[in-house]
Amino acid sequence: MAPGTSNSIILLDEVTRAFGSFQALKGINAEIREGEFFSLLGPSGCGKTTLLRLIAGFDEPTSGTIMIGGQPMAGIAANRRPTNMVFQSYAIFPHLNVAENVGYGLKTRRMPRADIAAEVERALAMVDLEGFGRRAAHELSGGQRQRVALARALVMRPKVVLLDEPLSALDRKLRDQMQVELRTLQQSIGITFILVTHDQEEALIMSDRIAVMFEGEIAQLASPEELYRRPRTKRVASFIGVMNFLPAGFVAKDDSGVTVEIAALGKVTLRLESIPTTLDPATIDTVGVRPEMFTILSDGREPAERSTPGTVVGTVYYGDMTYYTVQLAGGVEPVTISMRNTAGRSVLPSGSPVTVGWGAESVVLFE
Amino acid sequence: MRGASAKWLSVYAVAYMLFLYAPVVLLPLFAFNDATVVAFPLSSFTTDWFTVLWQTEALHDAVRNSLLVAVAAAVLSTVLGASAARAAARYRFPGKAPAMGFIMLPLVLPEILVAVALLVPIIQLGLSLSLWTVIAGHVLICMPFSVAILGSAFQGLDISLEEASLDLGESRRGTFRRVILPLVMPGVISSLLICFTISLDEFMIAFFLTGTDVTLPVYIWSQLRFPTKLPSIMALGTILLVLSVVLLVLAEWFRRRAARRQGLEASATGGLM
Repeated sequence: MAPGTSNSIILLDEVTRAFGSFQALKGINAEIREGEFFSLLGPSGCGKTTLLRLIAGFDEPTSGTIMIGGQPMAGIAANRRPTNMVFQSYAIFPHLNVAENVGYGLKTRRMPRADIAAEVERALAMVDLEGFGRRAAHELSGGQRQRVALARALVMRPKVVLLDEPLSALDRKLRDQMQVELRTLQQSIGITFILVTHDQEEALIMSDRIAVMFEGEIAQLASPEELYRRPRTKRVASFIGVMNFLPAGFVAKDDSGVTVEIAALGKVTLRLESIPTTLDPATIDTVGVRPEMFTILSDGREPAERSTPGTVVGTVYYGDMTYYTVQLAGGVEPVTISMRNTAGRSVLPSGSPVTVGWGAESVVLFE
Repeated sequence: MRGASAKWLSVYAVAYMLFLYAPVVLLPLFAFNDATVVAFPLSSFTTDWFTVLWQTEALHDAVRNSLLVAVAAAVLSTVLGASAARAAARYRFPGKAPAMGFIMLPLVLPEILVAVALLVPIIQLGLSLSLWTVIAGHVLICMPFSVAILGSAFQGLDISLEEASLDLGESRRGTFRRVILPLVMPGVISSLLICFTISLDEFMIAFFLTGTDVTLPVYIWSQLRFPTKLPSIMALGTILLVLSVVLLVLAEWFRRRAARRQGLEASATGGLM
């Protein structure tokens, strides 16, 4: 990535962080663009929170450079950085009411009291908490605390808002709602958001771009769609959604594409454009196919590029979807196939012989 | 069978409480009794002994000395205790466990040992005994209490609150003033009151380490040699008893009010009661 591109807001250059002999971050390079919703996604212990705390200034990198808005951040403490954080625990000051919490940072800037009040009211309106200013912190529900924490960050008009698993303490329904609200709010105010999460669905829903992290390294940095459709490694593929892995071998490479032999599915040729340039075709040993990229052709009349016979060995009914486990003829491991439950389609019982349709476009290559 | 033993158990409990606390009731009883001998039967009611207290100059000096010592010891041990508790709760450093152990040690050492152990080096160093040496001794024995009270207050503090304050542009000092101090304030007040009370009625260290200025407990002890002074000492004891109860109730009321205002569990911010 070209450093200092006009619209980059944060630049991470070979950022490392070691705790004793433990390498929490092993050389992170990334450019975060102005106004984007950027997510750091990974399992716990992958270093995503460590990285966020380095950006916030609560911790210093062992080596490497962090630039925010073109300024190197080395030696600049958290209270002098143009970033504001929404904490996992929300960190609402318990001895202050909502308005005092939201206005806390403005008071450190010695802003006149009337201006603070106006700014606080504006920020509270932004998060749908008009008139909550006089509420005590302990009178708020979990969702309201989350909004207060967000308003307290937004009122500072930071260059970047940092969110540390902000939705993990909320119940499922509220979380789904807040994901959409946060995304909408971010798009309307146009401030860069950096979200740390271990929930791949949350990252896919909210982000413009996602950095998937494992063991202190970025495994892949891409848009949600790219990440889902073209995961670079098996690990990324299985972390984001469900992926069927099938053993495969390299056959040939020419101008028309790369041909591989897939167990149970046979030979298939993939167009060169769909294959990442970093992948050496000779090293291919596995292919991946998403569950929804297979179809069950119940009467053989639906069009499909390719088809393979198989037998249903298990079903899981989700209401809108049914997940089938299907043993393909000649296949080693059974594959998972998801089908939308439409009006004309009934759930197939175990043991049903089926024809499974698929297409070359849906095949992802792994080394 | 079970009912009978439960009944005996409560009789035992009541008798036990009477044995422990009934003598305290004798204090106000004889303080208002119009006789120089402390014995039953009681004669008539009088407030003369309180008038005697009012007119005794030496007593007033002792009270002044005691208040000075108690206030100084309470403030010093609370400030030092807060520093130690904060360090223990927030930082890791070599020798932390032994250091904290040393601070808590006076809690289990006999006071007479502490008193003698302090007296010897003070004399060896050629320092003169005064109220200041008493204050130093009292700080030593009050520290374990303030560290225990403030330790739980600092431990209950979410570190994210401090980080949030820094993140919002506040300095470290400002964070201490605007976030940490208000949140540990109930613990600070508890510590001040407890240390004040401990210092006020402490005898052994005050007896060994003071010079010509005596504190109240030492004064009371010296007066016990004169049987005729006994009823006025009873009156003094009554005043101290009432003050202690008022002080403790005040401390607890203040702590609960602060905890309630923050919507925290009563135990979260620390306290002794």
